[in-house]
Amino acid sequence: MSDPVLQTFGLSKSFAALVATDDVSIDLRPSEIHAIIGPNGAGKSTLIKQITGELRSDSGHVELLGQGVDRLSVPERARLGLGRTFQISQLAMEDTVIENAMLGAIGASGRVWRLWQPVLSADEIRERALEALTRVGLGDHVHTTCAALSHGQRRQLEVAVALTLAPKAFIMDEPMAGLGLEGSKQLVTLLDGLRTEAPILLVEHDMDAVFALADRISVLVYGRILATGTVAEIRANPDVRKAYLGEVA
Amino acid sequence: MSAILILEQVLNGIQFGVMLFLMAAGLTLIFGVMGLINLAHGSLYMVGAFAAAAVAGATGSFLLALIAALAAAALAGAVIEMVVIRRLYASAHLDQVLATFALILVFSEGTRWVFGSFPLFLDIPDVLAGPVTLPGGIEYPLYRLTLIAIGLAIAAGLWWLIERTRIGIQIRAGENDREMIAALGVDISRLYTLIFALGAALAGLAGALVGAIQSVQVGMGEPVLILAFVVIVIGGIGSIKGAFIGAILVGLTDTLGGVFLPPLFKLFMEPSAATQTGSALSSMLIYLLMSLVLIWRPTGLFGARA
Amino acid sequence: MISERYLNALVLLAFLAIPVWAILADEPFTITLATRAAILALAAVGLNIALGIGGLVSLGHAVFFGIGGYAMGILAFHAQTYTPLELGGLSLAGTKSMPVVWVVAMITSALAALGIGVLSLRTTGVYFIMITLAFGQMFFYFAISWSAYGGEDGLSIYVRNEFPGINTLVPIQFFGVCFVILCIALYLNARLAASPFGLALNASRQVPARVEAVGLNPTRIKLLAFVISGALTGLAGALFADLNRFVSPTMFSWQLSGELIVLVILGGVGRLMGPVVGAALFVVLEHWLGGLTEFWHIFLGAILLVIVLFARGGVVGLLTGKEGAHV
Repeated sequence: MSDPVLQTFGLSKSFAALVATDDVSIDLRPSEIHAIIGPNGAGKSTLIKQITGELRSDSGHVELLGQGVDRLSVPERARLGLGRTFQISQLAMEDTVIENAMLGAIGASGRVWRLWQPVLSADEIRERALEALTRVGLGDHVHTTCAALSHGQRRQLEVAVALTLAPKAFIMDEPMAGLGLEGSKQLVTLLDGLRTEAPILLVEHDMDAVFALADRISVLVYGRILATGTVAEIRANPDVRKAYLGEVA
Repeated sequence: MSAILILEQVLNGIQFGVMLFLMAAGLTLIFGVMGLINLAHGSLYMVGAFAAAAVAGATGSFLLALIAALAAAALAGAVIEMVVIRRLYASAHLDQVLATFALILVFSEGTRWVFGSFPLFLDIPDVLAGPVTLPGGIEYPLYRLTLIAIGLAIAAGLWWLIERTRIGIQIRAGENDREMIAALGVDISRLYTLIFALGAALAGLAGALVGAIQSVQVGMGEPVLILAFVVIVIGGIGSIKGAFIGAILVGLTDTLGGVFLPPLFKLFMEPSAATQTGSALSSMLIYLLMSLVLIWRPTGLFGARA
Repeated sequence: MISERYLNALVLLAFLAIPVWAILADEPFTITLATRAAILALAAVGLNIALGIGGLVSLGHAVFFGIGGYAMGILAFHAQTYTPLELGGLSLAGTKSMPVVWVVAMITSALAALGIGVLSLRTTGVYFIMITLAFGQMFFYFAISWSAYGGEDGLSIYVRNEFPGINTLVPIQFFGVCFVILCIALYLNARLAASPFGLALNASRQVPARVEAVGLNPTRIKLLAFVISGALTGLAGALFADLNRFVSPTMFSWQLSGELIVLVILGGVGRLMGPVVGAALFVVLEHWLGGLTEFWHIFLGAILLVIVLFARGGVVGLLTGKEGAHV
């Protein structure tokens, strides 16, 4: 088995008396989609923030490509190859679709300190943004203002921005949130094709999507990993059925 | 330099500090509960001072003057809250800054229109005039001592109001969760008007009290307002305790710095240069204090950590 | 509704046409007013980069205006008194040359912006507003207590500084200098806004979390914007001092910081020509209302309230049907 791209060792985080994550160790292997599921308040978003660096862990550590990243800031981890999407779209609503995508390309190219060259004439940045937009199916809306996009299109744009980074690992926080059936289907197809580029750590509530996409699933309950395994193993796991799937079904 | 002088200056610093606290308490409450930055708080200070000066001039009674200051500032506060401020709670800080800046223009020029550009004077009442002898043989003005007492009494009263009363519970709930407090059946817009008027009254009282040792004039509120900002940046926005400690710190730093820095510099500089450097530096001292606190704790001593 | 590009061209043409008319009609005071408007516009263009694009509500931009003013005042003071400027063992001669003054004004105000920015950007939101305001006040009191350069009374400069090939004492020529600088600043601003940096700055205002997630540091981006902003406002301060041949601590006053924000909002926050329209309107109001009543600030206050509560896009927004940037 090849080395994991991303790995956490015993991550814990508490907010006052509330334990959000408790000794979470997971890994993300090349070319896989590893889904994290669990009820609301199980600590999924906290875990993501600990991985991306938005939250400092109380204990435990994170390795990306075998390198410890615990002391690195959010932008430093992003530059090392973490491409993250947000549960609630974080898009510049006043800007156009391509401007949002170019932001990612600027970050990836490190050319933010160019004060003089018009960004639209920077071919490399523009091409990169256009390519990502085309892949997520927003190729016809590049000059639309973000505020005028539908919810589904915003979710696609979220993924496109992460794509422009050409990350080593995707961290996706509920990419399907708020999508209808058709939108979910489209996004499932898109994510399915992405795993070969970089593995995806996928936090998701949409069980159909999870079962369709995931190579492995980890179940997070009250901040602890209850079980990790293949889709079949998780479906068959009595603890999981009791603690989580039972409630949903 | 004698111990008596030092003690006297410490008292001066505390007196300055508690008056700053009266300003800062209202500001920090208004920000903590309603999320509003109110530049016009200095105007309410001025309104209090002018109301006091006008009533004292007409009746000769200092007590009536103080009551007038409280009433006028509270009324002015309630009116601007209902007409302008409540439209701004959901707005961006920039809008709040601009609208309250506009209110300053209206208040300042309006006051100039009514009272003219010349300063008014508010006399210290006879019973409080003159010095008292403190233990240790220090002669200290009774009026300033009274200001310290009033300030401390109000600080204690505010603490009691917020920690021990029903309205305090509502205020604290409002700081945490607006929807919850609305769900509790509290009339939130009445509560907001009340808090704003309370903050205004405190500012007006401070204006009247300080107006008796300085002159009462248009524009008197803004320098105090900015110092009160420094106070709550140091103390942490939204924290009454922080406002109190920040106010005393700023009061002491400013007063003691102004008195002791120039002679300190004389120890190793020639006198004229020392006076200049010392006074220039002492005017910057509280801002340096603020910078240090910011480097140490960006959200102030008692502010919620980001 | 007018397209913004068309409106921008119209604004600049009008700005140029008025002083030209003033020469023909022999109204020199109008030229002075236009010069004042151009300089205030330049200061506001500077502020708009931090405020409009970067969302930094700086209530202390008078610091840079004042530093620019004092850079001019101090250099010219040493030149007119033939005394050297002692600077940490270095003995420098004063100067009456505008370009030198400008460079010094921009460098010193940029350095001040760097220092203030590093401290203030540790915080956000309302803390940032209060802290910039407080730093403004610090410089104000420092200027008052710094008696070597006039203290509270300020410094008078007897003759306007010189620019090679131009007689700066002729009002229209000095206007020309200021207007050209304003146009250069506007061009710079437009280039900056369209650059990768401008895009990232704009995003740092709207979605800082996203900017971090793509590997950029929004605080550093805002800091550079703050420094550029401070330098431009400082340059405006030097020109303003030259216009009045006088500098005083009031250039550092918090009222001036407030007025600079007013200029930006009046015109339209985040819009290229917003500050220009705002400054022109402000000078017209000041002159016109000020002529009607001594208490014209009451009306300015009322107009401002109406704009804040009902017309968020300012004048440019009203004319083009676009909202202002959300700060």
